[in-house]
Amino acid sequence: MSGTSADPELSAIEETKTIDDGPDNSPTTPEEKKTFFEKIDLAQIGLVLMTMVRKHGLNFSASIVSLMLGILFWHYATKYNLNFYINFENIPSPLKVWAAFLAQLADTEFYIHIAVSMKRIIIGYVFAILLGVLAGVLMGRSRFSRAMIYPYIEVLRPIPAVAWIPMAILMWPTEEASIIYITFLGALFPIILNTLHGVEQTPEVLVRAARSLGASRLQIFWHVILPSALPSIGAGLAIGMGVSWFSLLAGEIISGQYGIGYFTWNAYSLINYPDIVVGMLVIGGLGTLSTYAVSLMMRPFLSWQRRAR
Amino acid sequence: METQIITFESHKNKIAPEKERLGHIEIDKVGITFGHGSEKVEAVKETSLDIQPGEFICLLGPSGCGKSTLLNSIAGYVTPSSGEVLVDGELVEGPAPERGMVFQQYSLFPWKTISENIAFGPKVAGNTESECSSIANTFLAMIGLSKYGNKYPSELSGGMQQRVGIARALANYPSVLLMDEPFGALDAQTRLMMQENLLSIWSEFNITVVFVTHDVDEAVFLADRVLVMSASPGSVIADLKVNLPRPRAPEIATSDDYMALKKQCLDHIRAESLRAFEQQNK
Repeated sequence: MSGTSADPELSAIEETKTIDDGPDNSPTTPEEKKTFFEKIDLAQIGLVLMTMVRKHGLNFSASIVSLMLGILFWHYATKYNLNFYINFENIPSPLKVWAAFLAQLADTEFYIHIAVSMKRIIIGYVFAILLGVLAGVLMGRSRFSRAMIYPYIEVLRPIPAVAWIPMAILMWPTEEASIIYITFLGALFPIILNTLHGVEQTPEVLVRAARSLGASRLQIFWHVILPSALPSIGAGLAIGMGVSWFSLLAGEIISGQYGIGYFTWNAYSLINYPDIVVGMLVIGGLGTLSTYAVSLMMRPFLSWQRRAR
Repeated sequence: METQIITFESHKNKIAPEKERLGHIEIDKVGITFGHGSEKVEAVKETSLDIQPGEFICLLGPSGCGKSTLLNSIAGYVTPSSGEVLVDGELVEGPAPERGMVFQQYSLFPWKTISENIAFGPKVAGNTESECSSIANTFLAMIGLSKYGNKYPSELSGGMQQRVGIARALANYPSVLLMDEPFGALDAQTRLMMQENLLSIWSEFNITVVFVTHDVDEAVFLADRVLVMSASPGSVIADLKVNLPRPRAPEIATSDDYMALKKQCLDHIRAESLRAFEQQNK
């Protein structure tokens, strides 16, 4: 058993075994018991922290330290099988998850899962932007369109993505289409409502000014209403991106053969607990990255806002 | 920058094109009511006015007297319930670039630079980028903000923003300039500077100005004619000719003629307020 301590995953498994009060509990030397975390010198930590604060600023460092503390808590909670309302007994430790993540990175199928999910997000999201901005602008500028469209939003918006699954399967010819539809629905409502809000907030004096300067309806839309609504639309796009991941996962868990949501659910079916956490964290990471990408894309259009005194 | 008085002599015959004097406004028995049934409010009682090309008119009155509504009917934002507004013989049916509009404040497009704001009218009219930027530069020089072309409105003071607002309206070379309390939100010092600036611009462009204000001093200092309005329903109760010499400097405010005119305006307003007060207490 001592020969396997080089492999972090197996040594972590060893750790849990030594704590277990099970019959196969065998005595180990104190040196072997030391984990990665315990080998770090406190003085070294202090030095690292100080250089980090100097280089990256206090707030960024605080975020990093906070994340590390969370992982540390996770590590010890799993190590000592913390069972205080929340049960950590069957939760894989961070080291096991890390090992499982590395193993997945070496597997081509893992990338297919990610690529398939990304594709679904992009298709659903693009349709949500097109339809959402259009509906939001229509409702914001015309009371009649608003009267026509708003009831649908009121009724459909509270329906969670999961509840759509049976209907989506019945409605769409392929499973793929139904998953994309569910993703699209998730992004749609935040985009519509934020666009509507943004358009409604357009100061009437600016529309009047544009009219007296000779602008046509289309020019007013392009030069006044759209830029005025853009900060709000941007917020809607960011929220919509988050919700579309949320919805995508629901769609993928129930149906499909690929996708990161399918990967996560499949890991549960196969009792491969570390992979569940890998799937979850990958979803979290992709969601964060794509939301960040959306706000990055919006930035050039909103530069005027940051120029205020 | 704020207190600088801009000289316009250098731009003579460069900015304003030589053309036939336009800007004849005829308000023919215009009445404006809002709402229906029991909520019907008469904003402007039947009013007829004839404003000559190149005249500087001030509509003076308390807030809520319908002076802005009357201005908006000339601008084309409000359709009269009865009567009609004609500008140079043509019926006003909606806003048009020939009738430039300057608002009280916050009317610049915040997402456009100062140059883009000024060139907005020429741009939507289909001018090329280079034509637009040359127009913008001309007008930036006129209002003394050449260095601010690439700034955004939020980076400018209130007085500067209003100068840009005036330049933006003038960039369409309108025959009429309609101003809705344009200096109302400015501090007293800036306000005086802006009034002088406006008079120089007006004499340079030779256009008709209809200027709404509730400030008696502002009205008398600027106008050829002060139209005093009363509230509920809004109507013109006095049409006072201002025969003070031009160009006008702030010192004119101490002259006897100025004082007499100001007193006349105040008397009209006071009599009207008393009447309204008595009416309310009946």
